[in-house]
Amino acid sequence: MTTIEKPTYTIIGTRPIRPDGVEKVTGKAQYGADIRLPGMIFGRVLRSPHAHARIRSIDTSAAESFPGVLAVLTHADFPVAADRVEELGETAVNLKELSENILAAGKALYRGHAIAAVAAANPHVAEEALKLIKVDYELLPPVTDVRDAMREDAPLLNENRYTKELGGAKSDKPSNIASHVQFQSGDIAAAFADADHVVEREFTTKMVHQGYIEPQNSTASWNSDGTLVIWTSTQGAFSVRAQLSEILKMPVARIKVVPMEIGGGFGGKLPIYLDPVAALLSKKSGHPVKVVMNRTEVFEGTGPTSGTYIKLKAAEKGGKLTAIEATLAYEAGAYPGSSVGAGAMCMLSPYNIENFKIDGYDVVVNKPKTAAYRAPGAPASAFATESVLDELAKAAKIDPLQFRLQNSAHEGTRMVTGVPFPRIGHEEVVEAALNSAHYRSPIEGPYRGRGVASGFWFNAGMQSSVVVSVNTDGTVNLTEGSTDIGGTRASLAMQLGETLGIPYDTIKPTVVDTDSIGHNDVTGGSRTTFASGMAVYEAGMDVQREMLKRASKLLNAPETDLVYEHGGVHVVSDPAKKMSFKEIAAQSARTGGPINGKGSVLARGAGAAYGTHIVDVEVDPDTGKVTILRYTAVQDVGTAIHPAYVEGQIQGGAVQGIGWALNEEYYYDDTGRMANSSFLDYRMPTTLDVPLIDTILVEVPNPGHPYGVRGVGEVPIVPPLAAVANAIADATGHRFTDLPISPRRVVEELHGLG
Amino acid sequence: MRRSQVQARINGADIDFLCEPRQSLLEVLRDELGLTGTKEGCANGNCGACSVMLNGRIVNSCCVLGVEAEGAEVTTIEGVAHGDQLHPLQQAFLEEAALQCGICTPGFIIGAKALLDREPNADEQRIRHWLAGNLCRCTGYDKIIRAVLRAEEHMQEATKA
Repeated sequence: MTTIEKPTYTIIGTRPIRPDGVEKVTGKAQYGADIRLPGMIFGRVLRSPHAHARIRSIDTSAAESFPGVLAVLTHADFPVAADRVEELGETAVNLKELSENILAAGKALYRGHAIAAVAAANPHVAEEALKLIKVDYELLPPVTDVRDAMREDAPLLNENRYTKELGGAKSDKPSNIASHVQFQSGDIAAAFADADHVVEREFTTKMVHQGYIEPQNSTASWNSDGTLVIWTSTQGAFSVRAQLSEILKMPVARIKVVPMEIGGGFGGKLPIYLDPVAALLSKKSGHPVKVVMNRTEVFEGTGPTSGTYIKLKAAEKGGKLTAIEATLAYEAGAYPGSSVGAGAMCMLSPYNIENFKIDGYDVVVNKPKTAAYRAPGAPASAFATESVLDELAKAAKIDPLQFRLQNSAHEGTRMVTGVPFPRIGHEEVVEAALNSAHYRSPIEGPYRGRGVASGFWFNAGMQSSVVVSVNTDGTVNLTEGSTDIGGTRASLAMQLGETLGIPYDTIKPTVVDTDSIGHNDVTGGSRTTFASGMAVYEAGMDVQREMLKRASKLLNAPETDLVYEHGGVHVVSDPAKKMSFKEIAAQSARTGGPINGKGSVLARGAGAAYGTHIVDVEVDPDTGKVTILRYTAVQDVGTAIHPAYVEGQIQGGAVQGIGWALNEEYYYDDTGRMANSSFLDYRMPTTLDVPLIDTILVEVPNPGHPYGVRGVGEVPIVPPLAAVANAIADATGHRFTDLPISPRRVVEELHGLG
Repeated sequence: MRRSQVQARINGADIDFLCEPRQSLLEVLRDELGLTGTKEGCANGNCGACSVMLNGRIVNSCCVLGVEAEGAEVTTIEGVAHGDQLHPLQQAFLEEAALQCGICTPGFIIGAKALLDREPNADEQRIRHWLAGNLCRCTGYDKIIRAVLRAEEHMQEATKA
C-alpha cells in the first residue's frame, strides 16, 4: 500500500531473483567455514570454565609438545593494545578491552572467555591438546544480574573502573556501573501531579542471542613478506581490517580481508573474536589456519544483547501522554558498552511528550561482552514504554492504537536529544494498522487476546564506495564492499538499473575484498540499501555524465543539447538523433577508453523507521503455552526497492522478537554458568511456533535519499516484545513484566505460584 | 588415528574415502570430499543445517559417523539439481525470496524434498511440522513455507502434464 504519491519506477518495486540466489540454493556459495587452502591446519580455543577468576599462570608446555600441534597462543603473544575507544559500526569498543576479550589477560571475566588457542594438523588433535593446557585459576565470586552488579558490595569485575557520571565526572569509588547517561526536558513533577492517570511498573528482560545459524569462523594466512590475508564471515570486512590493524599493530594496507558469504549476523558479526587468533596461529605455525566456533562457543563466547532492568512511570491527561520518568540499567557483559544509550534515545521516539526524565546505566557483569543485536537497545526499552502505554490507554478508555495515534510524533517533534524529526511516518503506520483487516476483525474466545505496539529505530548512513564498469557489450559490473546478508546485491543492482535505465539482469554485482574497493562501513544500522544505494546512484550519475561526453562525439552534438534518459542519450533539438546505452558502450574504445563510474559517499539523511505490530494470541492457562494466532507487522519502509526482501526483513525481525518475548533467555546457575548453551535448550522459534506473518508496507519516501529509501532491517524487532505482552494481558487480564513469558512463568504467575 | 576406508554412493557416484572413526558424516562430506553445501550450525542435531538423505531417510549428518555411510546412498544439496535444471524447490525458494543469508537453505531444501517426495499434497501445517527441526533465523519462516507450497503446486502440475 502506498500513502504518498511516488515517482513511477521501472525496476524499483519489482521482485527479481537475487544475483547470488542460484549459488545459495545449490550449495555452491562459499561461506567462511567452506574455505580450504593448501597446507591448511586447524585452530581451537580454550575457554574459561569459570565466570570470574584471576589467571595466576598458564602452562602450555604439554600442549606444545603434543604430536600434531604446530602452534599455541596466549594473550602474551599479542602486542600491547591502546587503551582508547574506536567506533565499530553501531557500537564503540575500547581496543585494550577488545584485545583482552579475544584472549584473556589477567582475569577471566565470564564462562567461555577465551584463554588460549592451539593449531594442529586436524581439529580433533587441536581439541585434545587444549586439555593439556594447565591454567591456574584463583576463583572469584561472580555477579551475573544487572541489579546485583550495581550494589555497592558487589564483586568488582575491574577494581580500577569508576562510573563516568553526567558531564564527564568520575565516581568516588570503583563500581561495575561504567557510565550514566541522562535525557530530560520539561517538568515531570508538575505533570505527574496534574495527571488523570499514572502507571508505574518495573520490567526485566534476559540476555538473548542473535542466534545466527552460522558460527563465527576465520581463516588466516600470514605470508612470509609480512602481509596477512583473512577469509572471514563478517558484517564489515573493512571494520575487521581496522580492528586487526590495531590489535596486531600492522599497517592497514598489509592486511587483506576477504569477506566470505555470511550466515546471518544481526549485529553479532561486527566485533572480531577469531581473526587475530587465526592470524597469530598462522604466523607462529607457518601454515594457513582455520578456526571455527562450535555452537556452545557462540553462545558463551560471543556477544549477545543485554539483559535489562527498567523502571518506568508514565502519566496521561485527557488522552494526552504528559510525562515519562524512566530508569534503565543494561548489562554490558564483561566490558562496558551496552546499548543503553540507544535504548534511552529510542523509547519515546514514536511519541510527542513534553515532560520526561530518562536515566540510563551501563553495567558490567560476568557474562559475555554484549554486541549489537538488531536495533540494539530499543526492543527492551520499547517493551517498557509500550506496555505502560497500553495500561494508560485502557485507564483512559481509549483504543490503544488511537491512543498511540493521538500522541504520535511527526515532522518537527523533538527526539529526547532535542533534535527535531524530519519527515517521518509513524502516524501513517498507526493509521494503516487501525485500518488493517486484522485490526478490524473480531478477536473472541476464552484466553484469547490482541496486543499492539509501536517501535522506532534511527537507521544509519555512514560511508560507502562502489565502482561501476561498463563493458562494451552493454553489460555492467557493479563492484561493492558491503556484506550481503539478505539481498543487498539485488537492492543495489536494482538501484543502478533504475539510475541508468538498463535491465536488472545486465548488471553483475560483486562484493569484493578490502584490496579491491574503497572503504565501506559495516552492513549494520539498516544502512546498506540506503547508503550504498546512494553510492550506487552517484556512480550511475557519473556513468551518465561520461555517456553524454561520448555521445556528444558520436552524435556530433554539443553536450548541452543532449539528455540522458530511458537508458540512452538523445539530442534535445532533434530527438530522432539518439543512441542507446549499449550502442555508446560498444564505441567506448574509440571515444576515450573504458567507461567507469565511481560513487563515494558519507551518507547523511538516513530516514528513521517506524513499525506498529498487531498480534493475536491464545494462552493455555494449564500448560502456560502461548500460541500466536495471527500477526501483522506494519512499517514505514520509505521506498521498497525489492518488496519481497523488505517483507522478509520485517517477518524475520518480528519472529526474533516473538522468540525474545516468549522463550529465549540466557539461563544462569549460581556459579555463573550458562545452563542452556545449545539450540535444544536455548529455544528459538521454529516453523511450528509461528503463523504466516502478514506485512503492510507503508511508503513515506525518505527525503534524504534519491529513491526515498529508509533502512528496513532493524525496527521490526522493536515492537513484538510489548505487542505479545499486551496481547497476553488482554487474553488473561494479567500484566507480565518479566521476559521471557515462558510456559513456566505463565503458569506460575496465573496461578500465583513461584 | 587410523583411518578406515569407506565406500558409498554419493549424489549418484560411487565414492571411496578414508575417514577417522570419530569423524562425523558432516565432517567427511565437508572436509574430505569438498561437499561444503551441507552446513554446520550446531553439530549436535538441533538446527538441521546439515540435513542429508541417507538411504532414503533424512538425517542430521552431524549425528552420523562417516564410517556408518559404508554401502549407503547419500544425497546432499549438491545432488538436488540436474545439471543447470534446478529442482522445483530450488526455483521456488528463489522466486519466493525464501532465503536471506542462505546458510539454512540447503538443509531446508533437502528436508522439504524428503517430505514432498513422499507426501506431494502436504498442507501448511504438515510442512511446518515436518520442517520444525530446521532452524532459520532470518526469514521468520513465512517465505520458506510459501516456497514449499509453491514448489508442491509446480510439481503437481508437472505430474499432470
